[in-house]
Amino acid sequence: MTGTSLVTAHERALAVLGGEPDDATLRRYLHGIAGVDAVGLEQRAAALGTRSIKTASKAWALDKIISLIDLTTLEGADTPGKVRSLAGKAVTPDPADASTPRVAAVCVYGDLVATAVDALGAAHGDPDDGRVAVAAVATAFPSGRASLDVKLADTADAVAAGADEIDMVIDRGAFLAGRYSLVFDQIAAVKEVCRRADGTSASLKVILETGELVTYDNVRRASWLSILAGGDFIKTSTGKVSSAATLPVTLLMLEVVRDWHRATGQRIGVKPAGGIRTSKDAIKYLVTVAETAGEEWLQPHLFRFGASSLLNDVLLQRQKMRSGHYSGADYVTID
Amino acid sequence: MSFLEYAPAPESRGILSLRDEYGLFIDGEFVDGRGAPFQTISPANEQRIATVANADARDVDDAVSAARRAYDHVWSRMSGRDRGKYLFRIARLVQERARELAVAESLDNGKPIKESRDVDVPLVAAWFFYYAGWADKLDYAGLGQNPRALGVAAQVIPWNFPLLMLAWKIAPALAAGNTVVLKPAETTPLTALIFAEIVQQADLPKGVVNIITGAGDTGAALVGHDGVDKVAFTGSTAVGRQIAKTIAGSSKKLTLELGGKAANIVFDDAPIDQAIEGIVNGIFFNQGHVCCAGSRLLVQESIHDEVVDRLKARLSTLRLGDPLDKNTDIGAINSREQLDRIRELSDAGVAEGAERWSAPCEIPSNGFWYAPTIFTNVQTSHRIAREEIFGPVLSVLTFRTPQEAIAKANNTPYGLSAGIWTDKGSRILAVADGLKAGVVWANTFNRFDPSSPFGGYKESGYGREGGRHGLGAYLAPAGLGRGAAGTPAAIAAEVAGGTIEPATQPEASTQPEASAQPEASAQPEAASQTKQATRAARTRKPTTKGTAK
Repeated sequence: MTGTSLVTAHERALAVLGGEPDDATLRRYLHGIAGVDAVGLEQRAAALGTRSIKTASKAWALDKIISLIDLTTLEGADTPGKVRSLAGKAVTPDPADASTPRVAAVCVYGDLVATAVDALGAAHGDPDDGRVAVAAVATAFPSGRASLDVKLADTADAVAAGADEIDMVIDRGAFLAGRYSLVFDQIAAVKEVCRRADGTSASLKVILETGELVTYDNVRRASWLSILAGGDFIKTSTGKVSSAATLPVTLLMLEVVRDWHRATGQRIGVKPAGGIRTSKDAIKYLVTVAETAGEEWLQPHLFRFGASSLLNDVLLQRQKMRSGHYSGADYVTID
Repeated sequence: MSFLEYAPAPESRGILSLRDEYGLFIDGEFVDGRGAPFQTISPANEQRIATVANADARDVDDAVSAARRAYDHVWSRMSGRDRGKYLFRIARLVQERARELAVAESLDNGKPIKESRDVDVPLVAAWFFYYAGWADKLDYAGLGQNPRALGVAAQVIPWNFPLLMLAWKIAPALAAGNTVVLKPAETTPLTALIFAEIVQQADLPKGVVNIITGAGDTGAALVGHDGVDKVAFTGSTAVGRQIAKTIAGSSKKLTLELGGKAANIVFDDAPIDQAIEGIVNGIFFNQGHVCCAGSRLLVQESIHDEVVDRLKARLSTLRLGDPLDKNTDIGAINSREQLDRIRELSDAGVAEGAERWSAPCEIPSNGFWYAPTIFTNVQTSHRIAREEIFGPVLSVLTFRTPQEAIAKANNTPYGLSAGIWTDKGSRILAVADGLKAGVVWANTFNRFDPSSPFGGYKESGYGREGGRHGLGAYLAPAGLGRGAAGTPAAIAAEVAGGTIEPATQPEASTQPEASAQPEASAQPEAASQTKQATRAARTRKPTTKGTAK
């Protein structure tokens, strides 16, 4: 099971579940997965956070973090000007140092996709080729409270405007009510709409909004559900709910993608988003990725940081490593 | 480059200001020992750290005499509140010098700096803070009003947690009003000697804490010394047995914390990722040099293969190497002798038909090292399933039902600790109830807290350390003075959580207070009368308190 586009979510679910993805089957499957002990999970995350990353490892880590960032602006006040500024920053994070890698993507609301694509120009493309992708939030982001038709139209709109990646939200209400098949069907439907006319497909990130799912058991089940339904990435949060990405939640999601890979051979991405503001924190995430899913996950198609202020802190740290002294906020650009 | 080959991040040794030679710490000063000095080395590279004095019988005599003087003239007369102040001061000094103590511990013992920094030293401070708080509240220790200190405590500790075991011994002893002579293990004397400096820094009255270094004969001379009222030992069952024989028939009160072969029981509904972490922490924490290590993994047969696969994958990420590197997970084996024992038992495991798997890791050329190792296909009859290996070696066995898990877990001469992993709360309680182990962890392992009593069943020893129960090991009820330590089983059971203290001969009239209750000196009635006296004291308590107010 390699290329996701070759296998429909339905086929994939059938193979893993051994039955139709209805509420009863999904419930049996998701509730059969081993539980999560919160204390143990948090202890493990804290232990990973004590790794001491210095010198050459730190320099590598800082560049890697930049190349994994989805530089994000998701405000009601976003304007074409703001998005063009963000795109400029994405392509040239540090004008004083040309060796600085580009970020993986810019992440905007659907109506600003065309602006972002236009602003990136020739730099728009696959992050594997050193270009910057455009990600759009969709499906009535951030609440997801709209009819399926509206969600699909929202998604189709963004894909048509040139979005390479779609960050959708799950229906948390349906999930918490135990209507797993509804969540499954919506993800599968959005995945279908991600297909382009030429047969390629926008990558689908499924936002669980872990701050609203609250328990780790829920996060684990929602992660499995999203992957079964065809998500290419599982993402922690919208950034609009107070408890956003945390290290334990990300560790838990990494354990799921590791187990999914073990079971199917297929690699799913993970994106913590919201609340990661410092290089020090971001390095803890890199350590957690490398020691949980494996080092091969440290690439833009398998791991992203959803962040806005993180980039400047990494740039300041990067400058410090090169010059030996700290500069200041005026030595990095506001986006 | 591979990110996982983290660049070296060594903790600096610059913070240490070690002496080249260390004497014995007797009566508040460092003095020369009369025995032949020995060297303490770093097990990670076999390099000498310092030369340490060796106490012979005369030195032991000096130390016990100093402790006796300090007990008679200063410490036993001091109020609990004042003793508490000293203990708080020591706790704060441990915190202030935490980094230095952590570096010294990792250097001398071989344990990873992340463990000495994040576990050992913080717990040492916590232990002193906890018992400092008890010093003026001994009326509530469970022995009735005005419980009495025992006198001079002889304490012999092992090399696996050198400073932590020192804290477990010294903090409750001093809080209860005893003075101590402590002997650290010969391979790890360094942090005890730095602790002696802290004792000086805290301005503790001289002779209250004496630290003497040496090997087994020093320890034997100490526990056998006539001037000692209490013996506390942590170490191997063989030595513990020897000590029990030595002091049998004397008035000395004894607590022993000995070996273990703990079962870590994983049920098929366990939170699997956390269980894997718990298994790793249970046996590979401190290179498995832990008396309560979860060295026998009892895994439900239905998930055996999955658990072993996950365990192997996890072990492959462990980093073995320089104990002072902040990213090291597995440090050095403490001594060549211990390494030889681990090798011998592992080879026996292979010879008996178990299957050995060791994590792929590079072994440094100098020093003592053993890669994290798992044995599968282990049968209950194998030596590696019965004998304490005290190293990073896990024996994996299977079970089918909870009853079988309990039976297998209890099928050992030891009974120090056990672990249970399941998502089902009722099963945790039911299985814990059936386990003959002093400590049972549920969905975690190797967690310690000063308020929680710790100790063993069967050949794992008797007496409890930690918590209110730990105080009981250093106290006698009012009226039972020094030497009158024939604590009745009934009281011991209450105080030590079901542990039976060895009955020893009461020796009346060594303390003036004993004459207040002369009948307490008469055997065999002493037991029941003491019990009555204690009960009476308890009954009176509220009234007395009322009057006092």
